[in-house]
Amino acid sequence: MTLLALQGGFADAPIASAHAFRAALTALSQPGQILSVTGAAPPAPVSVAAGVLLLTLVDGTTPVHLAGRYDCAALRDWLTFHTGAPLVAPEAASFALGTWADLQPVGRFAQGLPDYPDRSCTLIVEMAALSNTGSRLTGPGIADHARLNLPEVAAFQANRARFPLGFDAFFTAADQIAGLPRSTHVEDF
Amino acid sequence: MYVAVKGGERAIDNAHAWLAAERRGDAAVAELSLAQIRAQLSLAVNRVMAEGSLYDADLAALAIKQSRGDLIEAIFLIRAYRTTLPRLGASVPVETAQMAVIRRVSATFKDLPGGQVLGPTFDYTHRLLDFKLAAEGEALAAPATAAADLADVPHVTGFLNRDGLIEANPRSAAQPADLTREPMELPASRALRLQAITRGDEGFILSMAYSTQRGYGRTHAFVGELRIGMVAVEMEIPELGFAVEIGEIELTECETVNQFKGSKTEPPQFTRGYGLVFGQTERKAIAMSLVDRSLRWAELGEENSGAPAQDEEFVLMHADNIQATGFLEHIKLPHYVDFQSELELVRKLRAEVLAGTEAAE
Amino acid sequence: MTDQAYNFAYLDEQTKRMIRRAILKGVAVPGYQVPFASREMPMPYGWGTGGVQVTAACLVPEDRLKVIDQGADDTTNAVSIRKFFQRVAGVAVTEATQEATLIQTRHRIPDTSLSAGQILVYQVPIPEPLRFLEPRESETRKMHELEDYGLMHVKLYEDIARHGQIATSYAYPVKVEDRYVMDPSPIPKFDNPKLSNSPALQLFGAGREQRIYALPPFTHVVSLDFDDHPFVPSKADHACDLCDASDSYLDEVIIDDQGGRMFVCSDTDYCGGRRAAGHVGRLGEEAI
Repeated sequence: MTLLALQGGFADAPIASAHAFRAALTALSQPGQILSVTGAAPPAPVSVAAGVLLLTLVDGTTPVHLAGRYDCAALRDWLTFHTGAPLVAPEAASFALGTWADLQPVGRFAQGLPDYPDRSCTLIVEMAALSNTGSRLTGPGIADHARLNLPEVAAFQANRARFPLGFDAFFTAADQIAGLPRSTHVEDF
Repeated sequence: MYVAVKGGERAIDNAHAWLAAERRGDAAVAELSLAQIRAQLSLAVNRVMAEGSLYDADLAALAIKQSRGDLIEAIFLIRAYRTTLPRLGASVPVETAQMAVIRRVSATFKDLPGGQVLGPTFDYTHRLLDFKLAAEGEALAAPATAAADLADVPHVTGFLNRDGLIEANPRSAAQPADLTREPMELPASRALRLQAITRGDEGFILSMAYSTQRGYGRTHAFVGELRIGMVAVEMEIPELGFAVEIGEIELTECETVNQFKGSKTEPPQFTRGYGLVFGQTERKAIAMSLVDRSLRWAELGEENSGAPAQDEEFVLMHADNIQATGFLEHIKLPHYVDFQSELELVRKLRAEVLAGTEAAE
Repeated sequence: MTDQAYNFAYLDEQTKRMIRRAILKGVAVPGYQVPFASREMPMPYGWGTGGVQVTAACLVPEDRLKVIDQGADDTTNAVSIRKFFQRVAGVAVTEATQEATLIQTRHRIPDTSLSAGQILVYQVPIPEPLRFLEPRESETRKMHELEDYGLMHVKLYEDIARHGQIATSYAYPVKVEDRYVMDPSPIPKFDNPKLSNSPALQLFGAGREQRIYALPPFTHVVSLDFDDHPFVPSKADHACDLCDASDSYLDEVIIDDQGGRMFVCSDTDYCGGRRAAGHVGRLGEEAI
């Protein structure tokens, strides 16, 4: 483990994670909203926003899957030091981190059980940028409709079709996050 | 004239001040020290530690003092404190065969290796009020106690196991779930059930056990062995690669030997019920072992007679006195709004019934 | 000022993370009861421990917290919970519904409309809407899984057969997004329509029963009923005797031993706001 792994955590964890959670809560309960978060300095290639989500939501009780080039020594060490989260294969993960391409096929991730739909994976999808363009979102949390530049549409439509099973997703780019719960209807536009 | 109810905050402050004064009582009477409570009300301390799920006699004594001797309130104080403590890890299983016993009795064998040790028990006291205790300043003769036998005291069930007469109880390296860290999921594992029972209300567990003795899910229990004493608690230290002793705790362990006529897969043999409780708490440990055995009916292929003590969900969801007393007592809180809606409903239903009666007349 | 002996908002960080994850699952599956490892809190189970844990997991230092019980800010348990968060989180508090960023409530939805960005946290005693029809969790979980709500419809129908109407006046069951039947907590059914399409986020915490559930903003919520017996939100057929409001939920107050009564808003902030704006009810002049 390098010294870098010890750095980049929350300076004041109770306050920083409270702010970060509130942003995550807003993002997931109002799909399409883009929010800024701050406080984490994870190693490359991880965005600040993804780092903030990890520090806020994962710990020794939540297995994490690192996909593609996110499965690197620097991130493994950083995550282990700051959260103690076990690193696991996709099937066993409570959280998964990577680009949309890295995370394919997303059917590998836990979708929940018919009697416990909460036992599902949350994907943290790293993006180049977030914007309120592209796919049209409707459903809980959205007054009329919202727009978000999703990486694709079919996978999220398939995910919605399995409701109440399915995965939930956060999209991250730089210091921005947006959320897409399994309850959202997605249409191409 | 109507004056809206105000001043909740001042009422609460005043109530707390009054409570503190009542707790202290007559200032002319010497104040109780924690050392006194710990030393002289040790069975109350044990109960608070057991149902509070926190082995700390000083804190339990403090809770008893603060709660004016209301043990459920004291258990509540301990639980609320416990929940703020970090969970550092799990100990290795305690070796009760290496317990330094102060009491050990078997109802199944007259004599056995390790011997029977009556210990400090109420069992054969005549329940006559000892008025000498009312006069303070008693001087006690030192009791004659055998020097603690440092050799292992083997378990009675081990003797039966050697002959295959009792179900095997293989060791498992699996780490059991922690009831205080994960929500209860039903059906529960036996480990989880035992956790719930050991911290369950003594009165509730006692009555459940009693009901099985009277025929509601009878399990034919013999006390194979009841032992009380200190055991070492050891923890694996990853950096060292071995376990080191971090302290010792007093435990009461009860193993019952129960009749079992056999099932499709198992020949007739005895089966086990198990109780393990912090401190000297033998009523609870015996009751626990009966309830444990009773809840094992499905695993052993026995018939469910519909007895309450066979009903896992019923037992586990109602054993916790902190949950029970909270919900029970919450009906003291204002329910003006719900009551108002019921009032309107009942008036409306009555009006319709009365109108119907009049129309019929 | 925060009490330095405790972590921000009382709970340790690991506990808050566990609760936060449960809240997010609840948001993702509206109306589904997410199991969570509820902690013992320094107030009794049944007195709002679920709501308190949800609030503790959501609070930020900049929040303005409002706590109500039966619609009122000054009922003793509301006072006690508000004081707790002032002590352990150092947050600002308010009695004004519109100014609050987070409102913890027992048994009411404020009569002042909520707005976007607000969070309403409900204290829930029995989260399972089917519990009094089927006491076993193992059975009710299966019913939710299979969307088998026949038992509930039978119960409501029996009410109609016996009483000519549905004899449930509070904790009136609802269906969320046409999937899960949900207990809205013991709010009067008068409040049920406010559950649906609210701009605020609604979170429900049941501490003793270890469940959290949620309604994101603008979630479609329907009170269960039948075509020939539609749901009717009801309240006392009066106007508030203090502020003359005819659209608020009313408490009935006995004012003498001759059978004299008055009806006043259960939502004290709503009533106070109307009186400050000059509305005067039947007994408004003489009341203090």
